[in-house]
Amino acid sequence: MKVWKSPLIVALLLLSGQSVQADDVVVYSARNEQLIKPLFDAYTKETGVQVKFVTDKEGPLMARLKAEGKNTPADLFMTVDAGNLWQAAQEQLLKPVNSKLLDANIPSHLRDPGNEWFGLSVRARTLVYNSNRVKAGELTTYEDLANPKWKGRLCLRTAKKVYNQSLVGMMMTEHGEEKTEQIVKGWVANLATDPFPDDTKAMEAVAAGLCDVTVVNTYYFGRLMEKKPNLPLAIFWPNQNLKTKAAGVHVNVSGAGVTRHTRNEAGAVKLLEWLSSEKAQNLYADVNLEYPANPKVKADATVTAWGNFKPNLINVAQAGALQAKAVMLMDRVGYK
Amino acid sequence: MIATGKAPFTGAFSMSSALTGRLGPWATAIGLALLTLIPVGVVASAMLHPDQAIWDHLWKFVLPELLVNTVWLALGVSMGVTVIGTGMAWLTAACEFPGRRFFSWALLLPLALPAYVTAFVWIGLLDFTGVLPTWLRETWGIMGLPPIRSRGGVILVMVLALYPYVYLTARTAFQGQGRRLLEAAQTLGISRRRAFFKVALPMARPGIVAGLTLALMETLADFGTVAVFNYNTFTTAIYKAWFSMFSLPAASQLATILIFFVLALVLIEQFSRTSRSYATSARGGGGARRLRLTGVHAVIATGCAGLVFLLAFAVPMLQLLAWTRNVIATDLDARYLDFAWYSLLLAGFGAALVVSLALALGYAQRLRPTPPMQFTARLATIGYALPGAVLAVGFYIPVAGLDNLLIDAWREGTGQEIGQIFGGTLAVMLLAYCARFLAVGFGPVETGLARITRTVDEAAQVLGSTGLKRLATIHLPMLRGPLLTAAALAFVDIMKELPITLMTRPFGWDTLATRVFEMTSEGEWERAAMPAVAICLVGLLPVIFLVKHSDART
Repeated sequence: MKVWKSPLIVALLLLSGQSVQADDVVVYSARNEQLIKPLFDAYTKETGVQVKFVTDKEGPLMARLKAEGKNTPADLFMTVDAGNLWQAAQEQLLKPVNSKLLDANIPSHLRDPGNEWFGLSVRARTLVYNSNRVKAGELTTYEDLANPKWKGRLCLRTAKKVYNQSLVGMMMTEHGEEKTEQIVKGWVANLATDPFPDDTKAMEAVAAGLCDVTVVNTYYFGRLMEKKPNLPLAIFWPNQNLKTKAAGVHVNVSGAGVTRHTRNEAGAVKLLEWLSSEKAQNLYADVNLEYPANPKVKADATVTAWGNFKPNLINVAQAGALQAKAVMLMDRVGYK
Repeated sequence: MIATGKAPFTGAFSMSSALTGRLGPWATAIGLALLTLIPVGVVASAMLHPDQAIWDHLWKFVLPELLVNTVWLALGVSMGVTVIGTGMAWLTAACEFPGRRFFSWALLLPLALPAYVTAFVWIGLLDFTGVLPTWLRETWGIMGLPPIRSRGGVILVMVLALYPYVYLTARTAFQGQGRRLLEAAQTLGISRRRAFFKVALPMARPGIVAGLTLALMETLADFGTVAVFNYNTFTTAIYKAWFSMFSLPAASQLATILIFFVLALVLIEQFSRTSRSYATSARGGGGARRLRLTGVHAVIATGCAGLVFLLAFAVPMLQLLAWTRNVIATDLDARYLDFAWYSLLLAGFGAALVVSLALALGYAQRLRPTPPMQFTARLATIGYALPGAVLAVGFYIPVAGLDNLLIDAWREGTGQEIGQIFGGTLAVMLLAYCARFLAVGFGPVETGLARITRTVDEAAQVLGSTGLKRLATIHLPMLRGPLLTAAALAFVDIMKELPITLMTRPFGWDTLATRVFEMTSEGEWERAAMPAVAICLVGLLPVIFLVKHSDART
């Protein structure tokens, strides 16, 4: 009989709720622990305010916020990708924040038009090519990768990754659905091999000569080159010579917003402001070789060495609004 | 929804006294079924607001491919794990060959490696840019290796990761068969080889099927491994609908189809064997005398077991150790003691609870062996076939709903604010583990109970031993092997579990598995190696314990 009773009794004993002090800030984060903990530690050291956090994937975290409703313990929701941030705002999980400091620190195309979320770091999705096999001047734009001259020379990461969904979503705002579908169809026709599960694998395939060019977030490039500096890989910034507003490298953000039902709004806003400040931005971006969202802050030396680029200035929230459509488009053309 | 949310608690806590009563078995079974059915119902209820546009799209462009993929994967994995699992179980349980002692426990070790980690290692070794093809290409000019990122590749890796389920349950079954059965067969003039196919194998069928069911459910629920291969299955479509297209209704439609598919499979298997009896009274005969393999046979036996061990465990482990060496200086800190401790604690309590509830369910089924009861028991174990994240969310929604009700009532009554009551407690976390892993405990327990003849019960009855007393004094000792098996499986599965742990853990309760998640979700596979190795080390404890104790009997 003891066999099943004792664990239940212990479980009952452990049925005590979690203690959250009134001035603690509680964060639900889809940005990983190793990237955010150093920041929260620094914040606690500076202000004495404790930051409690749990990490999970963005989907379950949003489902959790929704289920907890107005009694959620969370004050701040943090995630990667504008598509996810847009969805959080759409589900009414976030609250508009009016802060002069945030307005000044974060450029308008990197935050929600309704100020419900703010980008905190910028991630550029650009081209990486094999420097032995691609001639200067061959690369021009994302769209050009659909050109038959790249047949059998292109590698891509899976369409299931939100980074590619955002990229296609942004192309849809620029070209419309029909033309974008043609472009993505061209990409699929040019693939040298099945899409890869991550950016690093795609770059390794380029380095090994299985294909010549791929589309990746720059920090994966930085990480790979740090480990294997001799790989014949280089960065190319596409879409630089176009005259429209949509011209430029596709950028996305990792960011955060105050939860709609926070019990500690002042504390959450203060943490958010601090994260956008000059002293925190380097810590935030450099730990993952990303670009600071605050234009007054210079990126890490490794990152600046890749050169300057002109980013696409369309508001990143667009990617979220079109994400479902982008996924369907990629399904239609067989981009897996 | 909220009111019934409490049912599992009642069912669980009143179990001990209720078991003996007339309605006890039913109360137990229904309570446990609700533990799983409520989350499933929460997810399925989203179907009430169907998302026609997305559903049409999925139907036209996504479903055809994933149905074919899922069926192939299920078939391939089923065949692979049955052949390897049963073969290895027979070798180590009934034969004697060089290295048998080592292999009998070593072949269980792949259980402790998360399948998606094994998958990543194999892709790293065998893909175009991997170590082996690169070496072949650059040194010998050999190009034509079959691609690992293919249907065959994903089946192979999943077989290597999941065969231990069958190995473990089949081995328990072979060990329980005793010597007399085979001796009887031999006195009838059947050779040992034919005796295996004619007697031992059919008698072990419930055990093999129990393991196979687990492996199949895990295959259908898997997201991590197929994602590494970019191989689209039902689960990937569910995730896509939910987390990429933000359509819970479409995800729920897909998940519900998946559940019905699994239920149908389970029921078909059930009906196909209801008329047979697998009880054996041969325990008194002791374990079978081992068949001593010599010469070529011994070499083949050792070679096969060695190959399985090498591919399923040694190679992935060596790669993980090599990666760990690269990062151990920067990544290893005192926090790892906490991670390991929390993992151990959760897996330990979780496994104890899972096994207790599985035993209660198995016993309820034994006391009322009717088709409706068997169906209820199947329902209670269906959670294992549901993608983890779906089950986690389905479980959390009613818990949070209950919390909201209580918090609001308290606020109205007293004007004071209180925090969450159930959310973020260990009790909820452990119950959620049970909703997911009850199948893991139930499979071995059910098989074990089926092997105890009714005459044992009748004899006990005559001697005045009934109800719980009979369970404690007669059945429990006879169930020792199955219970240990169930506990070891549940322990290791909980150690590796992610979605429920991520969603329900209290602040700061990071485990080894969540460490793996933090690293892999940003693509830092090398840094994920260290926590994966640690999972393996901690997961080793019950495996070794299990084999030491189950071997002691033979």
